[in-house]
Amino acid sequence: MKQTAMKPDAETTVLELKNLTTEFITKKGAFRAVDDVSLELHAGKTLCVVGESGSGKSVMSRSILQIVDPPGQVTGGEALLHRHRTARTGGFEETIDLLQLDPKSKAIRNLRGRDIAMIFQEPMSSLSPVHRIGDQVGEAIRLHEAVSKKEARERTLELLRKVEIPDPGKAIDQFPFEFSGGMRQRAMIAMALSCNPTVLIADEPTTALDVTIQAEILDLIRSIQDESDMAVMFITHDMGVVAEIADEIAVMRFGKVVETGDVYEIFENPQHHYTQRLLNSVRELDHPSERRLAMRETRPVGAPILVSDKVSKVFGASKKWWGKENRGLTAVNEAKLELRKGENLGIVGESGSGKTTLGRCLQRVHEVTDGRILYTNDTGQERDLASLTEDQLAQPWRDIRTVFQDPFSSLNPRMTIGQIIAEPLIVEGKLTGPQIRDRVHELLELVGLPVTAYMRYPHAFSGGQRQRVSIARAIAPNPRIIIADEATSALDVSLRTQILDLLLDLQERLDLSFILISHDIAVIRYFCDRIAVMYRGQIVETGDTETVCQNPQHAYTQSLLSAVPVADPRVRGQKQRVRYSESSQRT
Amino acid sequence: MLLVYIARRILWAIPLLFAVSLIAFALITAPPGDYLTTFAATLAQSGDVVDEARLDALRERYGFDQPFIIQYFRWIGGVLQGDFGISFEWQQPVSQLIWERMALSVTLALATLMFTWAMALPIGIYSAVRKYSIGDYFFTTIGFIGLATPNFLFALVLMYVAVVHFGSDVSGLFSEQYQDAPWSLAKMGDLAAHIWIPVIILGTSATASLVRIMRANLLDELHRPYVTTARAKGLSEWRLILKYPVRIAINPFISTIGWAFPQLISGAVITAFVLSLPTSGPLMLQALLAQDMYLAGAFILLLCCLSIVGMLVSDILLAVIDPRIRFR
Repeated sequence: MKQTAMKPDAETTVLELKNLTTEFITKKGAFRAVDDVSLELHAGKTLCVVGESGSGKSVMSRSILQIVDPPGQVTGGEALLHRHRTARTGGFEETIDLLQLDPKSKAIRNLRGRDIAMIFQEPMSSLSPVHRIGDQVGEAIRLHEAVSKKEARERTLELLRKVEIPDPGKAIDQFPFEFSGGMRQRAMIAMALSCNPTVLIADEPTTALDVTIQAEILDLIRSIQDESDMAVMFITHDMGVVAEIADEIAVMRFGKVVETGDVYEIFENPQHHYTQRLLNSVRELDHPSERRLAMRETRPVGAPILVSDKVSKVFGASKKWWGKENRGLTAVNEAKLELRKGENLGIVGESGSGKTTLGRCLQRVHEVTDGRILYTNDTGQERDLASLTEDQLAQPWRDIRTVFQDPFSSLNPRMTIGQIIAEPLIVEGKLTGPQIRDRVHELLELVGLPVTAYMRYPHAFSGGQRQRVSIARAIAPNPRIIIADEATSALDVSLRTQILDLLLDLQERLDLSFILISHDIAVIRYFCDRIAVMYRGQIVETGDTETVCQNPQHAYTQSLLSAVPVADPRVRGQKQRVRYSESSQRT
Repeated sequence: MLLVYIARRILWAIPLLFAVSLIAFALITAPPGDYLTTFAATLAQSGDVVDEARLDALRERYGFDQPFIIQYFRWIGGVLQGDFGISFEWQQPVSQLIWERMALSVTLALATLMFTWAMALPIGIYSAVRKYSIGDYFFTTIGFIGLATPNFLFALVLMYVAVVHFGSDVSGLFSEQYQDAPWSLAKMGDLAAHIWIPVIILGTSATASLVRIMRANLLDELHRPYVTTARAKGLSEWRLILKYPVRIAINPFISTIGWAFPQLISGAVITAFVLSLPTSGPLMLQALLAQDMYLAGAFILLLCCLSIVGMLVSDILLAVIDPRIRFR
């Protein structure tokens, strides 16, 4: 940790929240999203605010600058900004209570973006799609400082260089959609840094990014912080990220801060039971599930039942009428993979690596451009799914089922839970009405939902419960293989293990084999026996999960694993990160 | 990038224009018979004897006995040289008849479009930003009345009010002394004094629908993360709304040029009758009824061209305003 000589006392408070309360006022009454929160931010330090979805951490951060969307309203407390401690005003002493200012007043607008800057989660939607990067970054400079257009442009270029955007001269005149997610987030950071803020509030800035990009963005934030001594409030739900960058931690739950403290203190000796639970669920995930290992002892893995033999999938290839050939996009390139009976196979890769497309090809929801998909059914007969027609696929589709990522959009909001789960059974047409109802009740019990759920609609359930409904629907026609596509990614950490345990439970009872597609190595490590690593449509490495995780062979796997943050602050900075550049591998 | 896009769009417009002219010609020749049969019927109705030989001679002269495709090429060949043929009914070159009326129609359409935008944009923005305020409800009510009232009825009401309460003559686009006068500054002034009534009548329903579109679009955009970003940057509320969400919500506005333009010209027929406007609508209707094919053809062709040009202009403006379109 770098400590500058200018700061003799380590704790220079720059922002203090006292009893901050924010309410959402609706006709049904007020809902307290932020309840009596008191925090302190210190210069040069990072405070991580941790909590699961709905804990009020985002609203809390927005309350500081009073930019909560209506009907949200700051109803009490203080947010004291100590400006005397900033370099800008020199020896001048000034303490401003941000919450006393009118949210539309010039006084608070002058502080927004200059003294306190923010970066947000979605780098795509947080930048205006129709304005040039340079305009959006330079705007903040022009707004707060009396500089000419030319000067502002110079400084914008300087900022883009600082956040390591390649070729700033060109990038300054480009639009956000010409940038990748990581580059956009760098532009956001450049924008936030434009007026050298005292406080940087980062609201889940890396959640939407791949782990390798996340690691780079975290490095960037840290190096900028070392240079400028700004205080960072970093909001995240990822304990790995917290362990990586936090100096102090505040744990939030239901709008309240349940525990604050030094990073080592919290990780090693958490006081509040909620913090303990949060840490446990993270730590649990990073190891193979005991349950799975025990199960494999009694039920050995069998012969391959679903084999992908050089499967390729090309999107959008076409021959235009004037003879120009469109080569299309090769989403999956000669994938070789086998799923054995009773095993869990993980497919890991970053966004755009083709893992979802491969999953859909294996189920033959997508047509396959090339290759064979060999499926062995319960009578031991092997068939190539790639060449079958839709009619012939009816039975394989009952044997191979999918659980999707987003539990909110994968269930029809206008159907009851009973109807949703019964649908595949009705399509199958083997059971009568009362039999179907009994079966749905049985399925609800299997996935741990109350039978009363039968008549209710999806909106009445939480994300985790909906994912259980999704699972019940998947197992309804007695399948043999389940393809779970990012089935736990949309869930909070504490729910992930529950859902994965449920899947293991079902595996034991129903004799299932799983393919789990995920970008999250921890989830795969917990759940999967074997792992396949995908990169740009190709499977670069396959093997036993533990072997691959501990001793990765392919350069990309090494880079991926080295980028995953470890939920232990003690190992911070010890891990050597490997960067994988494709150019060195390209043939 | 932008220039390439514009060039490509213009190139695309050429085959489109050709196809449109073919369809226009097919349409006007589609009804059974031709101008001469209609002419003969009119003569017979008034008791005159129709000389078959003379009709045949005329038919030959006008080329009605030729196959369709030859008729078409004769016509389009003339059009390309600026000769739209002769109006049978008026016995005058079509070009003489239509230019002034077309010009007035386009002026009226443009004025209406400007009026529509000038009203709809600020009202739409206001209604979205101050959602469910008294002002929003007020404009919503007015808007629905405007949408629901037929133009001609509105025209009658407005005329009645103007004549009875203000004693001013509101029909036509010119006062009597300027009716046939050559163009001058005074005549322009007179036009400006008359044009506002048809502009309001024609523009009301379009304004009402645009207000709703703008309001709905802007409501979607107002809660986007980039608005929060701009707010966190310290921009003032109105400046950020005008610079970011409005800029994106405005796309459908631009698109309106494409469809509003021809609609204003052809949709104004009834209103033009009620207000006795010297625009193209009434003349076109008459030409169609009389099977005066070259006159009708010229109108239809020009209307189609205006639609295509309108689309082209709106596409180019969209590309200028929204970089995402230009790069695709």
